[in-house]
Amino acid sequence: MGQRQPQPPYDAEILRGHGLTPAEYARVEALLGRAPTWPELGVFSVMWSEHCAYKSSRVHLKRLPTTGPQVVQGPGENAGAIDGGDGWAVVFKMESHNHPSFIEPYQGAATGVGGILRDVFTMGARPIALLNALRFGRPEHPKTPHLVSGVVAGIGGYGNCIGVPTVGGDVMFDASYDGNILVNAFALGVAPKDRIFLGVAEGVGNPVFYVGSKTGRDGIHGATMASEEFSEGSEEKRPTVQVGDPFTEKLLLEACLDVMAEDILVGVQDMGAAGLTSSSCEMASRAGSGLVLHLDRVPMREQGMVPYELLLSESQERMLMVCARGKEARLIELVSRWGLDVCQVGEVTETGRFVCTWDGETVVDVPVAALVDEAPVYDRPQSPAPPAACVEALPEPSSVGKALLDLLGRPTIASKRWVYEQYDHMVRTGTVVRPGAGDAAVVRLPQTRRGIALSVDCNGRYCKLDPFVGGALAVVESALNVACVGARPQAITDCLNFASPERPEVMWQFAQAIDGIAAACRALDAPVVSGNVSLYNETNGVGIHPTPMIGMVGLLEDASTAVGSAWPAGRSLVLLGGAMPAFGGSEYLLMQGHALAGPLPDLDLPAARALIDLLLAAHGAGLVEAAHDASEGGLAVAVAEGCIQGDVGARVDLGATALALFGEAIGRVVVATGDAEALLARAQAAGVPARRLGFTGGDRLTLAGTDAALPVQALRAAWEGAFPAVVEG
Amino acid sequence: MRVAVVSFPGSNCDDDCVRVVGEVLGRTAYKVWHADHDLQGPDLVILPGGFSYGDYLRCGAISAHAPIMADVADFARRGGAVLGICNGFQILTEAGLLPGALHRNAGLHFICRDVHLRVEGLATPFTAGLAGRVLKVPVAHHDGNYHADADTLARLEGDGQVVLRYCHPDGVVDAAANPNGSLGHIAGIASAAGNVVGMMPHPERCAEPLLGNTDGLAFFQAALQTLGG
Amino acid sequence: MKGKVTVRLKAGVLDVEGKAIEGALAKLGFNGVGAVRVGKVFEVELAETDPAAAKAALTAMAKGLLANPVMETFEVALEPG
Repeated sequence: MGQRQPQPPYDAEILRGHGLTPAEYARVEALLGRAPTWPELGVFSVMWSEHCAYKSSRVHLKRLPTTGPQVVQGPGENAGAIDGGDGWAVVFKMESHNHPSFIEPYQGAATGVGGILRDVFTMGARPIALLNALRFGRPEHPKTPHLVSGVVAGIGGYGNCIGVPTVGGDVMFDASYDGNILVNAFALGVAPKDRIFLGVAEGVGNPVFYVGSKTGRDGIHGATMASEEFSEGSEEKRPTVQVGDPFTEKLLLEACLDVMAEDILVGVQDMGAAGLTSSSCEMASRAGSGLVLHLDRVPMREQGMVPYELLLSESQERMLMVCARGKEARLIELVSRWGLDVCQVGEVTETGRFVCTWDGETVVDVPVAALVDEAPVYDRPQSPAPPAACVEALPEPSSVGKALLDLLGRPTIASKRWVYEQYDHMVRTGTVVRPGAGDAAVVRLPQTRRGIALSVDCNGRYCKLDPFVGGALAVVESALNVACVGARPQAITDCLNFASPERPEVMWQFAQAIDGIAAACRALDAPVVSGNVSLYNETNGVGIHPTPMIGMVGLLEDASTAVGSAWPAGRSLVLLGGAMPAFGGSEYLLMQGHALAGPLPDLDLPAARALIDLLLAAHGAGLVEAAHDASEGGLAVAVAEGCIQGDVGARVDLGATALALFGEAIGRVVVATGDAEALLARAQAAGVPARRLGFTGGDRLTLAGTDAALPVQALRAAWEGAFPAVVEG
Repeated sequence: MRVAVVSFPGSNCDDDCVRVVGEVLGRTAYKVWHADHDLQGPDLVILPGGFSYGDYLRCGAISAHAPIMADVADFARRGGAVLGICNGFQILTEAGLLPGALHRNAGLHFICRDVHLRVEGLATPFTAGLAGRVLKVPVAHHDGNYHADADTLARLEGDGQVVLRYCHPDGVVDAAANPNGSLGHIAGIASAAGNVVGMMPHPERCAEPLLGNTDGLAFFQAALQTLGG
Repeated sequence: MKGKVTVRLKAGVLDVEGKAIEGALAKLGFNGVGAVRVGKVFEVELAETDPAAAKAALTAMAKGLLANPVMETFEVALEPG
């Protein structure tokens, strides 16, 4: 084989380098009845990693609701899918690329986008929308500007080039992400409902094809890296960075969709984290079959590559396809037209074993079940985090007007124009509600009148204070976003970002957040159809806030009825929803220099459900001309943002206390309507608290009972200016 | 009107152009493959936007050598109407069918947003009857900063070959309305004969009421009229 | 004094641009072309007159800004004049 490779017995350091505990390694030997070969050790290492095996999270994920009449494909496949109507399936998933993005922000974020797109088009769906949820450290942290610039450029660089619009997202800043940023990418595609492709290696004797870029030494052990916390110096030890090639992915996308338009494939799977190993093992596991791979046939980019490297490489833009026998020539013809490598590297077998050969010699021979079903599952110990301290009162601001301007200039609240203008959000001419124009993005369902609404959300501070409530509120908030544009929430994908599960407090946060998400999903009839877990987001023992990111998808019967969040002039503003605001976890609290503290606003799921139903009924009756939910920054910020977007003033009575103006609650929506009486009557009939706030018009925002009478221009300057200042100084 | 839209590897807006001509205007639009040598008798050829060959080397540089470009050049030489949008504009300059070059935006970022355009200059198949109009059309590019040497620029200006300029909603042209640092605030130019036009903004992205703006239709309707329905 | 910093992708890092150019060269009939790797050259004018100090400065510039140590390597050289 040219290179010397380690032989068993393996020392403790090698095992640690492969992320295997002594007990886990003992189990590997027991399952095999012998010591693993060097490539087998690599295979176990990635298949039993947290990233692939969900070993700490699996027992909890089972508690999430995953079924419903709208669900076409639940968790466990490359992506989830719901019924979009008119014969279409809407396929979507969100995934993290946190660690790689911290190390190399441009490529880390770019390959995150590439990976999530492949998950979607692997299902036979043409991707039509991208979103992303980003969490950065304090704006003033020396690394933050570099990370923000790099991540945004990387997301844009990939999405723009491949021609999928990035239509929305969410960016927040908090010190807890100083050493561990979060880059969660969401992709959505559409496919004919009866032509969804699954990752199964079925049919003994069917040929297995490798399609796409050649394999290099990129990111070897990326999957195990994503499962270990950072320590000082890990920047030096990093594996070769994966480089995204959106041009090749564009070719791969078109080639796959060409192939999938014909009856050629039995199954297909993207080679994502853990590359060839996990794609082949997962496909064999789902089908209950075996696979043999002839590794020497894999297209290689570099000289002298060995089986271990080929099995573990995370080179991007590659697919594994199981072809129906007799269709090989057509597969090769269709893929070759796009100038991509395509070659048969193996066959489906009935052995139930994952076998790899190299020049005829067997180098891996492992039961698929040992890699997938026998992967360790831990119900790790939990211990509740001590309850957070609470603030009951904060000093009233000396000037409400100044406090409002300061809040609008907080980077978490400020306009994200600097970000989304670097993303092509219009390509494919389907973007009905653009980023920044509404609470959720809306794209049309191609060839129909229907619309798809999308939103990503999670407030990690709420989750830190109470992971159950925070998890539930993330679902509620994303559902409200979708309902604000006029769409009925349908289903979610989640991306669960947490610190080390080996700390009982973190494990407790995880379990609590799952239960909160599950409760909210049940209350809103929005099950989980896909998701991803990212653990070990901590550096030197300091973890991130628990951040279970929620990606919500909703549907509109008629995309042209979607509304934004810009106030029209001469309308009434009405507040729907009676959630009581609190200072806990609020931007106002932090702006006072206060440490993070409670209390959180109450969670009332039936009330949230009633509010969403009311909003949609009012929208259907034409009573909603614009809607914006009050979240970070509270009610005053929500009203001000609608003024800025609509370029119109307003005269409103929100109450005069800091709590009423700037306290936060999830479960309040401000609606601009031409018929406030009718809207209030509907609210009363539905049992949803509602009140008239005032009217829009003029060029100033006046808050009754306070000193605030601010020109919209001043509001805009504060809101638009803050983000560029963070990044460009 | 028969419209050929050329698909290069990495073209992203080919489907969007076909959609506007085919579904919005109800005319015939079809894609032709970069590696072929047959334009299939079009009245108009569109080189669409996107990232052909990933924008690697220089935007449009590799596509300019595609087999189909010889046919596009022939078609243009015989007076055929050719419109290059965004990456299509870059390909036309790299292929020598339009003068100048498109450099990295002055702000160095990719920019996706609505801009306003003032239509002026000689009457081309895409701007006939539109002179003096101000249209709102989105841009989405990283390399739209038009550059040409002083002589070329003077000739373009003198002969009315500058057909689109970035402006404010009221039609005033100045640096503040220019998104990318383009010389002369140029957003689009025409060949001397006027039949070949390149523009950075995307008219196909604003040609349907659902998308909230139909200003882009004006360019396609002008082509319909000029090229005979 | 004039310095030159050449920045290249590290061996093993996929050069997506080089790969696309490779394919284009083959299509244009340039046969026998192996791998193409794309790099950058920075020509830097320096007030420094001591060659050793100039080289050290260029190295610092390369490490601090011109090259991304995560994926690139660099060489520095001095040119007469």
